[in-house]
This record gives sequence, structure tokens and C-alpha cells, in this order.
Amino acid sequence: MTALLNARNVVAALIVAGLLLLPLYAQLSGNMFVLTLFTRIVIFALAAVSLNLIMGYGGMMSFGHAAYLGIGGYAVGILAAEGIGSGFIQWPVALLASALFALVIGALSLRTRGVYFIMITLAFAQMAYYVAAGLSRYGGDDGLTIYKRSDFGGLVNLSNRVQFYYLCTGCLFGGIYLVWRIVNSRFGLVVQGLRSNEQRMQAIGFPVTRYRLVCFVIAGTMCGLAGALLANNTDFISPAVMYWTRSGDLMVMVILGGMGSLFGPVLGAIVYLVLEEFLSQVTEYWALIMGPLLLLIVLFGRGGIYGLLGRFDRG
Amino acid sequence: MADPLLRVENLVRRFGGIVATDNLSLDVAKGELHAIIGPNGAGKTTLISQLTGQLSPSAGTIHFAGRDVTNLPAWRRSSLGLARSFQITSLLPDFTALDNVAMAAQAHDGHSFYFWGNARKEKHLREAALSALARVGLERRADVVVSRLSHGEQRELELAVALATRPQLLLLDEPMAGLGSTESARMVKLLQELRREVTIVLVEHDMDAVFALADRISVLVYGRVIASGTSAEIRGNDEVKRAYLGDQRVVTRHG
Repeated sequence: MTALLNARNVVAALIVAGLLLLPLYAQLSGNMFVLTLFTRIVIFALAAVSLNLIMGYGGMMSFGHAAYLGIGGYAVGILAAEGIGSGFIQWPVALLASALFALVIGALSLRTRGVYFIMITLAFAQMAYYVAAGLSRYGGDDGLTIYKRSDFGGLVNLSNRVQFYYLCTGCLFGGIYLVWRIVNSRFGLVVQGLRSNEQRMQAIGFPVTRYRLVCFVIAGTMCGLAGALLANNTDFISPAVMYWTRSGDLMVMVILGGMGSLFGPVLGAIVYLVLEEFLSQVTEYWALIMGPLLLLIVLFGRGGIYGLLGRFDRG
Repeated sequence: MADPLLRVENLVRRFGGIVATDNLSLDVAKGELHAIIGPNGAGKTTLISQLTGQLSPSAGTIHFAGRDVTNLPAWRRSSLGLARSFQITSLLPDFTALDNVAMAAQAHDGHSFYFWGNARKEKHLREAALSALARVGLERRADVVVSRLSHGEQRELELAVALATRPQLLLLDEPMAGLGSTESARMVKLLQELRREVTIVLVEHDMDAVFALADRISVLVYGRVIASGTSAEIRGNDEVKRAYLGDQRVVTRHG
């Protein structure tokens, strides 16, 4: 069973164990800040995992993925503002709205390839951003405060930090498991085949666009869930969540961690957000350190951190 | 006479001012091996791409198995039983040989909107793929990633992928391109066996292979068929000799 004991699997197991035990550590050490930080990290990791499904496995370089964070978040925020506090309504609406948005922009943008696809997804996300900024009833540019978190009856209390953390972590693990099943399924093989050689896939008889579109919708829906979690975490939603730099952050997490690997995006989200947190405490010019660091990893660690771990295994 | 399996009528394809396919008509009967030869730039690959649907013609019609397929997309034609191999190897480079062939089998086994079960554990797909690999002699290389296969092996894999779609008509675009003489001989032997099962349209530069294999030969020059017939007829055709096999006088005049 030496194949199981390679660096990648060890790191993946450490991530899972670490995330599960984190609240215990926070409670014992009295350092509740760690829990706050990692709740945020886990939510962004879920968004990165969903982006990795289309970007890493599907080869679709979407530069507008943060739009779903906003759509999921606004679904929760707007319903809460209108007096509908039940999570059993808010969350399905968040998922459905994200899926619909993905369906529409996917159907339009998947006609294009390469740079054009990047630009058109970016443009759609920016449109969503400006629409949100124009919602004066819901705070417009300033954003919308959510006074009460989603209510799931007695099932789970989102205002309890530990319970909320475990809910987010559960969603993340569920997302990873889903991606794992998809990637090895018939559907997943087709999507990865399309990344590899679209012309060949057409020639052997696959209608390419519909497979890509379904994949695009799955990823968007999953990111919409991350958006619903994010809005609950910050008790606030604003257009800034959808700004294009946010989409860029998500891309960086995926590339940093390792595109097309199961745990790479999680690793990327952890490294990126932890670095951001601590570097920004040291200096306000933290981006000056972060930038070159990212460059080094992209230049020398093709396949991201996860790729580096793979090289470590081969000696 | 029964209807041909493939009937091309008055096909035209223009690229800007260039007419790559010029009012071309062609019949391929079921069961024959029909070779298409012609000098470089005669429009052979352009023709194949129109037959498979990668390119759409400017005018004319293509009938396959009695059905008008002129406006069908590539994947629909594949599902009707039209398969191709590419002149420049076109496979899934980061998948194994077996995965490549299994993917082709999967494409013809209903839709692929299954999100849960592990496709690599579907026995009938794997077995179909293995038997296609065995046909071309690659069964021992099944688990090797395509980018690590030799060029010759990749050419054979192209053929296995096409076979796994269980085609009625196989369009082979220069299957011997870039092969050494022993590899070429193996490919000719392989095609000798395949022709008994499936109708083949073969585009090839290797004249020895063409004359050894073909039931009928069509000669393409400047996008039109200038002659069509058996090997013997083509060998004896003056126009073909001038256009393709080389006219000594033309050469000396230029020299």
C-alpha cells in the first residue's frame, strides 16, 4: 500500500484532520480568531473547488466566478431583508439563482474559446456587479446588512460559531466528494476529454457544448452555495464580493494550489488567505510580497503546490 | 446497382478566392476500399473534413447510408457510423491508450450524463476498448499515457479509436504518414484485415500501399476528380500520369 502513502495523500489527510479538529484547538487555546479566519477560508475553498471543476478539469478559464458568490449572497440577503428568514427557502433560491445565471451566461459564452471566453465571462460578472450596485432598495453600492442569519429551525444554529464552522466544512467536504465522483464518472471523463482535445471528442461523437454547459452550471451552483455561506458569515453582502478582482483571487487560489487536483484548490485557498492575513499585519504593502511569491510558485511549481508535492514523491 | 454507402454530389468549398473543392462528385460502394490520391494541395484533407463535418461545404450534398448528412454536425455523423483518423495525430494526450479507446466506445453507448458511477469500472466499455486495442496490436500498451507512445503506436491508436465507434465507413487520412517501412508494412497488413469488415476511404501518399490495397482509386487534382477506376485503369490513364505520377517532359522543360 505504498501508493497510498505519498506526499499528496498525506497532505490531503492532514487538511481533512486539521479542519475537523480546528474548533477543538480554538477552544483549548482560547484563540477564537483562528476559527473566524478558517470559516472564511473554508468558504473560499468551496468556491475554489467549484472553479477548479470547470477550470482545472474542464479547461474553461472562467474569469467571472465571483459573480456566483454575489448571487448566492444576495439571494440570502434580499430574502432576509424582505422578512423571509428560513434557510430552507433562502438556500434553495440561492442555488437556483446561481444555476440559472450559469445556464444563461454559459449558453452565451461557451460559443467562444480561449481569451474570448475569459473576456466574456469577465464581462458578465461585471454586469452582475453593476446590477447589484444599482439595487438602491438593497443598499446599492454600500451593500446590505443581514440582521438575522438563515434560520434552519432546530437543525443547526448558524449564529453559533462552532456549528457554523462545521456547516461550512461539511459543505466543503461534500463539494470535494461531489467533484471526485463527477471527475471519475462518464460525464467527468467527457469534460476532461474536451479539455484535452475538443476536435477529437467531436470526431468520436460527442456533442461538446451541452457537456460543457452542464459542467458550467454545476460549478456555478456550487459556488452559489459558497455565496450563501459567505453572506451568513459576514452578516453582510455588497457588490464588492462580485468585483473582478475577487474572481481573480479565486483563480489564483486554484492555480496556486494545483489545477485539476482534488485538494489543490483547498490548499491554495488556505495558503493564499493565511498569507494575506499575516502579511497584511506585517505591512500594508503585503501585495508586494505576495505577488513575487505567486510568480515563483507558478514558474517553478507547474501544477501548483500540489504539483510540487507530486515531484517530492518521485524523489 | 444498390445505392452507394457514400454519395458526394457537386461538392464545392471555397476559402476566400481559392476553390479547394471544385464541383466534386464521388461514390463509395459498401464494402469497397476506395483510395483517394492526388498531389499536395489537391484538397484531400479538405474533402475528408467535409465528409466528417468538421468543415461545411459552400455548395453540394453528401449522402451517407441513404441519408442527407450535408448539414449534420460532426458528432451526429459519428453516431451514424462515420469515423475518421486524422492526418496529424489527434488523440487525448493526457489519457491512457485504453481511456482513449474507451471514450470512443462510451460515445456510442447512449448519452454520458452519468455523474456518479466510476466510468473506468464499466466492464463492457473497457472490454470493447481492449478488443479494439487488440485489433491493432496495442493491447500490451493499454495503460500507457498517449504522450508516451511512439509515433507509430499513436497512428495505430488512431485506428483503434475509430474502430471502437463501430463505424460503417472509415475515413483514413494518411494513416502511414511519418511511419517507417516496417511500421508501414504492419499498417498495410492491418488494413488488409479491416477491409473485410468495414468500408474504407483511404487518403494516402504511399503509392505502393494504395495499389496494394485499393479496389478503386479516385485521383484528385485542384479539388476535382480527374479519374476514377481500378488500380490498372488508373495506372494506364494518361491524364493521371501527367498530373500526378509525374510527366518527364514537364520536369525537363522546367529544368
